[in-house]
Amino acid sequence: MTDGPQLSILGRRLPKTNAWAHLTGQAKYADDIILPRMLYGRLLRSTEAHARITKLDVSRALAHPGVVAIVTGRDMPEKMGIMPSTQDETALAVDKVRYVGEAVAAVAALDEDTAFEALGLIDVEYEPLDPILSIEEALERDDVKIHEDSRRANVFKEVHLSFGDLEAGFAKAEHTRDDWFFFEGNTHAPIESHSCVANGEANGNVTLWTCTQVPHYLHRELEKVLGIPRSRIRVVATPNGGAFGGKSDPFAHEFAACLLALRTKRPVKFTLDREEVFYAHRGRHPVKMHLRTGVMKDGEITAVHFQSWLDGGAYASYGIATTYYTGALLTVTYRVPAYKFDGVRVYTNKPPCGPKRGHGTTQPRFAFEAQLDKIANDLGLDPLAYRKRILQPAHSRTINDLRITTMGLGECLDRAGERTGFSAKHGKLPDGKGIGIAGSAYISGAGLPIYWNEMPHSGATVKIDRGGGVTVYCGTAEIGQGSDNMLASVTAETLGVLPDDVHVVSGDTSLAPVDLGSYSSRVTFMAGNAVKDAAMKLRDQLATVAAEKLNVPRDRIVCALRQVYDKDDPTTALSFTDVAVLAEARYGTLSAAGWYKPPPGIGGTFKGAGVGPTPAYSYQAAVAEVTVDRATGRLTVDRIVTAHDCGRALNPANVEGQIEGAAYMGYGEAIGEEQVFRGGLHKKPSLLDYKIPTSLDTPVLEAIIVETIDAEGPYGAKEAGEGPLNPVIPAIANAVFDAIGVRFDETPITPEKILDALAKKKVRVGPTGLETGRDPKAALRRLSASTDARERKRDA
Amino acid sequence: MTKELLVLRVNGERHTVAAEPHHTLLEVLREELQLTGTKHGCELGECGACTVLADGVPILSCLTLPVVLGSDVEITTVEGLADGGTLHPLQTAFAEEGAAQCGYCTPGMLLAAKALLDTNPRPTRDEIAQAISGNLCRCTGYTAIYEAIERAAKTAQAT
Repeated sequence: MTDGPQLSILGRRLPKTNAWAHLTGQAKYADDIILPRMLYGRLLRSTEAHARITKLDVSRALAHPGVVAIVTGRDMPEKMGIMPSTQDETALAVDKVRYVGEAVAAVAALDEDTAFEALGLIDVEYEPLDPILSIEEALERDDVKIHEDSRRANVFKEVHLSFGDLEAGFAKAEHTRDDWFFFEGNTHAPIESHSCVANGEANGNVTLWTCTQVPHYLHRELEKVLGIPRSRIRVVATPNGGAFGGKSDPFAHEFAACLLALRTKRPVKFTLDREEVFYAHRGRHPVKMHLRTGVMKDGEITAVHFQSWLDGGAYASYGIATTYYTGALLTVTYRVPAYKFDGVRVYTNKPPCGPKRGHGTTQPRFAFEAQLDKIANDLGLDPLAYRKRILQPAHSRTINDLRITTMGLGECLDRAGERTGFSAKHGKLPDGKGIGIAGSAYISGAGLPIYWNEMPHSGATVKIDRGGGVTVYCGTAEIGQGSDNMLASVTAETLGVLPDDVHVVSGDTSLAPVDLGSYSSRVTFMAGNAVKDAAMKLRDQLATVAAEKLNVPRDRIVCALRQVYDKDDPTTALSFTDVAVLAEARYGTLSAAGWYKPPPGIGGTFKGAGVGPTPAYSYQAAVAEVTVDRATGRLTVDRIVTAHDCGRALNPANVEGQIEGAAYMGYGEAIGEEQVFRGGLHKKPSLLDYKIPTSLDTPVLEAIIVETIDAEGPYGAKEAGEGPLNPVIPAIANAVFDAIGVRFDETPITPEKILDALAKKKVRVGPTGLETGRDPKAALRRLSASTDARERKRDA
Repeated sequence: MTKELLVLRVNGERHTVAAEPHHTLLEVLREELQLTGTKHGCELGECGACTVLADGVPILSCLTLPVVLGSDVEITTVEGLADGGTLHPLQTAFAEEGAAQCGYCTPGMLLAAKALLDTNPRPTRDEIAQAISGNLCRCTGYTAIYEAIERAAKTAQAT
């Protein structure tokens, strides 16, 4: 029963159990659901960035043949939002719109064409208000309030945390760097647009099939907004055709579908078109950052002061967590003895920002790793060896009271460095060629749930049927990361069957115990532990009856690959099915529940300590090799090698897929993706203009798995889905510096910016500002001027 | 709008369907024939999720009107990729290499890959990258997809 070398399923490159459905067209995504008498829904969206709704008359639309029902914001006025403490949204806009694309009304019609026609028949008038479109405007304009209850200008949240003796740290430093950075906003762009079907049942119940990452949280919000008890609502998370954080908020179309279905007692489907996906957004926050780091001559860090200003868009989304996340995880990679963090998130009249893969940690990680590269350069140190010298130790606590357990960053740096020959190449490549390195970390699940409660973060039920089949029920959402396969594999390993023997029922609030959802890279760690806990209870029953039947001591019983046998004499064996029959005869129906809740003491107790703790951090390092064409400004990333400490790779093929996919997504953010606006209008709300890398654009991606076998992870596993994105972006920026001697302290690194820098012989591209002691507002005003100038130039 | 009758040959079967004449092949396949394996990602020809084969050639079903296509063209969707109960080597290889993560681009990707292997049984990696460059995948970074197509090519040669 040890987790050691006897593993029969985990650690093997087995196909995902749900792969076959994906590969034959049988997987049922939300938009593939077609029900009898189904109506088709469309949303009317705001054409104004900031305006009062002065007229909203749906009577002409309602009279249009084929239109069955219409709802507006007034039908669902209850405030909602993913974070209970900052609920500032309504399902559909009430009285005011706050971004172009905000949903105002929802139509259900006999077919989609009719629903679309009806949108044009809704009479809506707006009284425009001044839009707030930049961080600086949001900070300074007290006369315009996007949300009336903002106390200071349009500040959504301001946080200040301080640990250790910052002054003494900087006083002791032999070298101090002050750098400004800007990380541009970008979006998830899953290939599946958001979609849902709600069915209004005769008894007043409603079922919602939807591509959500968070069926449980959505369930709670539906209860609040629809005003009917959760017992009458069933949410089923359909397989997500990509999500990356973009499907982890409750959305207008989900509420509208439910209300229209309840009113019509018919199924109602909403599928967003591609443009609407850019308005749904909840993507990466644009963040301006100031980072001051003091070091000794050998590079040892003495103090870090990090400041972030986040452009949150029009609503809260996860913003309070995002704000804290920009500061929380800077301490878990390298030793930081004194640390201060100031974060400000503001409202602007743009689609709400939220969590995208790496949630809130990607931007500061870019800044920190770029600055460490500068420090190494200043001090004449090899960037890889330097990072290794200042590593935060395993099994330690950070200055901001985060508990570290297993820590594989050193090995990640070594392995990525060895694979690429980093230290032999860095600083020695011909002009135009460069190599860069960066490290990073991420959480294996947030330490706290989104709403305060003492219950498990993940629950699972496992039952064994009389034919040797096993069914696992768990509230997780399959978003393509492979969570269904993880549940099947951990269950199969624990009980001693094959993954294909395990039926998975996931993401269904009526059938499965609660799991908080597929966000914060929590599923493998938390749901994996929950399902293992449940399966172990059944395994104990199986082992007891088998030991008696085989007449061998219980501790010698092994359950593996559909056999239950004596460890010392594998021929003394019974089939799993026979043992299950014996166990059911002894104990009754074979079913067990298991659960997981993070242990106490993994974080601090100060206000704001809730964001950052996790049962285990993943670590990763990336090396990027680039070529810059000085004539055209073209940046080619030739290769990205990412080494990732995932604890144990439960399925190495799937872990590598996560590492490569994360590198791909980080690459896109580094070289070009940006969610940007002209006035209040999205500049590129299509996949033609918002370019995500094609096969021809994508560098050679190599994944290296580093295992640290975490004692608390399920069979030693930690996360793999998000962390590997983070080091890729600074690794590319650092490689560009190695290639052409220009620091890019902002993203994306485009050919236009490279050409401009080379033409003007700039050594740095990025925001300028703040020197110590200056008024940050003044610095931000200067920053705004330079950004605007750049923007005007680009538009011209 | 009034539906009109049209004849389509899909996956070796002849179908008479009633559809709005302005509806695309994607809409007709999904909504009239309930062949929902073909996906829509953008409906503007940008993502390739809706790729099907028309007489073996990959086309974007979201930009194709069935009335233009006519009834003589043999359309292949992901549902027609397996030969009865036997999966196509590409399907097996995609499973073995973990080339489908969320699976949403997969049907279009499989058909683009089939068209490649049918005309070029031993493609280089560059040729594979070229062949699937119109099919966006947001999950994998394409590496596993290359490996799967290469594996399928080897399997096909071995048999």
